[in-house]
Amino acid sequence: MTTAAALDGTCDVMGLHRTALAVREHVLAIAAGPIGTHVGGSLSVTDILVALYREVLRVRPAEPDWPERDRFVLSKGHASAALYATLAECGFFPVEELATYGRAGGRLMAHPTRAVPGVEFATGSLGHGLSLATGLALVAQREERAHRVFVVMGDGELQEGSVWEAAMAAAHYGLNNLTAVVDRNRLQINGSTEDRMSLGPLADKWRAFGWQVSEVDGHDFTTLVPALRTPAAGGPKLLIADTVKGRGVRHLEHRKQGHFARLGPQAYERALGALREAA
Amino acid sequence: MTAVQKLARRRVTPPAPPDSDRAAYRATLLDLARRDPRIWCLDSDMGGLEKQFEAELPGQYVDVGIAEANLMSVAAAVAAEGMLPFVNTMAAFASARALEQVKIDIAYHGLPVRVVGTHSGFSAAHLGPTHHAQQDLAVMRSMPNLTVMTPADVGETVRMVTAAAYLPGPVYLRLGRNATPPVYSEETKFTVGEAISLRDGGDVTIVAAGALPVRLALDAAERLAAQGHAARVLNMHTIKPLDVAALVAAAEQTAGVVTVEDHSVLGGLGGAVAEALAEHRPAPVRRVGMADAFCPHPGTHAEQLAAAGVSADAVVTAALAVLHR
Repeated sequence: MTTAAALDGTCDVMGLHRTALAVREHVLAIAAGPIGTHVGGSLSVTDILVALYREVLRVRPAEPDWPERDRFVLSKGHASAALYATLAECGFFPVEELATYGRAGGRLMAHPTRAVPGVEFATGSLGHGLSLATGLALVAQREERAHRVFVVMGDGELQEGSVWEAAMAAAHYGLNNLTAVVDRNRLQINGSTEDRMSLGPLADKWRAFGWQVSEVDGHDFTTLVPALRTPAAGGPKLLIADTVKGRGVRHLEHRKQGHFARLGPQAYERALGALREAA
Repeated sequence: MTAVQKLARRRVTPPAPPDSDRAAYRATLLDLARRDPRIWCLDSDMGGLEKQFEAELPGQYVDVGIAEANLMSVAAAVAAEGMLPFVNTMAAFASARALEQVKIDIAYHGLPVRVVGTHSGFSAAHLGPTHHAQQDLAVMRSMPNLTVMTPADVGETVRMVTAAAYLPGPVYLRLGRNATPPVYSEETKFTVGEAISLRDGGDVTIVAAGALPVRLALDAAERLAAQGHAARVLNMHTIKPLDVAALVAAAEQTAGVVTVEDHSVLGGLGGAVAEALAEHRPAPVRRVGMADAFCPHPGTHAEQLAAAGVSADAVVTAALAVLHR
C-alpha cells in the first residue's frame, strides 16, 4: 500500500482502508444473513464507494436531503450490501441496522429503495442508473446548481441498451457535472464479460460516444480519489475502474461463483478470516 | 398555399388537426409552462413540440431523441429534482417499450411525472399494430401509484391536463391524435376520479372512456332512446382511481352496465368495471372493446375499430342483451 496521497495530504489512505475493511466485514455478515447477498460485486465496488463517500461526495449524513448535496446513484443496485454498509459507516443510519438486511419489517431490501437515508433512487434493474443520473445532471446544469452527479455501473450492466441511450444524451447535452464509474470486475453470472458478451474496446466505445474516459485502479485510493475528485470539462466523464470481483477474500476473488452467496456459519468464518488476513 | 398546407407538404404524416385532444393538450401544456418554470416538456422526436417549446421555453424543453427508455428515467430524475415533467411519446411506446422505466423509475418512486401517450387505441390507424396501443390501459392501471386518465373531448383535455399538472403523484394521460367532436356544450366541472354523467337514464348504463368511445356511447344511447330504452351514459375519464360509487349506483338503479373503449376487451375499462362490480355490486356487464387480436388490415380509425368490434351497433346490441337478460 502506498501512502503517497496521504503524505501530501490529499486523502487519508489509512482511514480509507480501515473503512473499506469495515464495509467488507459488513458485506460478509450480510451474506451470512437470512437472504444472502451479491457478495462478489459488493466487494469489487467497496473501495469505489468508500472513496466517494469519505473523500469526494459533498453530503451531510445527518441531512440526507440537503439540497446542495452531490447526488450519487448506485446503478448496480445488487451491490446494496456494500452501499448500505458504506452509508452506515459514514453515519447515514446506525451500523446496527445492517443486521436487518432482508428481514421482514425492515427497510434494507436486497436492492436499494428511497426509504434508506442517502439513497436517491431504487435501483437494481440494470441499465437505469445512467439515465437517472443524466436527468439529475440536466436539472443541475439548467438551474446552474454547483453540485455534481455520480453514478456507478457494473460492467456487465453495460450490455443493457438503455445505457447507451443515456450515454448519447449525457454527451449531447454536455453534462460536465456528471461522472460515471464502471466497476470493471470483468465477471457476470455466466462468466467473463468478454466471453459472454464482449464489452471491449470499452474505453474507445465511450470516447466514441463523446465521453472523457480515464482508466484507473479501482482498489488504489491514491489514484481513485483524485480521479473521482477531478471534475470533467466540456462533457461527461467516465472512469473505468479496474476491479476484482470478490476483492479482499482470496478464495472468492475472480470467481463467478462468488456473484451471489448465502454463507453458512463455517463459510462466513472462513471468508472473514481470509479478509482479515489479507488486510 | 396556406401555412397548414405548406406544413402538410413537408411532413409525411399530416399535423394533428387543431380540434384533436393532442393539439389541445399541447396548447394547454405550453400555456401552463409559460406560467410555471417547473413544468418541463420532455420530447422523444414526436414532431411539433420542438417548434412550440424549444423556441420559446428552451430551458424547459428536452429532446432525448428516439430513446423512450432513457426518456422515462430522465423524466423521473427531473421530477425528483422538483420539476413537473410531461413526457411525450406514443401510447404504444409508453406502455410497452419503456414500461420498465415507467414501472420502476416513475411509479415505484411515486414521482410526479406526467406520461402522455398519444395515438392511443387504433388512432394511429394507418401505421398498423406496431403503433397501435390496445393494451396500455390494462398495463398502466396495474401500476401502483399511477393515476390513469383519458379525456372525452378538447375541452375536457384542457381541464384534465391542468388538473394533472399539479397532482402529487405520477399520471398516465391517454390521448388520441384525430379530431374529436365536442361532447360538452359548456365548461363542466372536472374532478380526477369522478365520473361525469353525460345522459340520464334508468334502464341501462353505458360507461365509456376516451373521445371516440364516449361518442359511440352517446350515439348508442340516442338509438336506444328511439327504441324506448333510457340509457345513462357515464364518462369514466379516470380509469384509476376508478369511480366505484358511480358504478355501484348504476348497478343499483339500472339493469346493468355496458362498457365501451378503444382498447382490448382484456384488462382495460371493461376489466376495471367488471372487477369493481363483481366485488361491490354484482350486476350484468357487457364489454365492448377490441377483440383480442392484432389488427390484420389497413384502414381508417373507424374502419379498424368497427372490424375489431367497437361500434355504436355493438354498444346497442350489448345494451339490449343486458336489458333482455
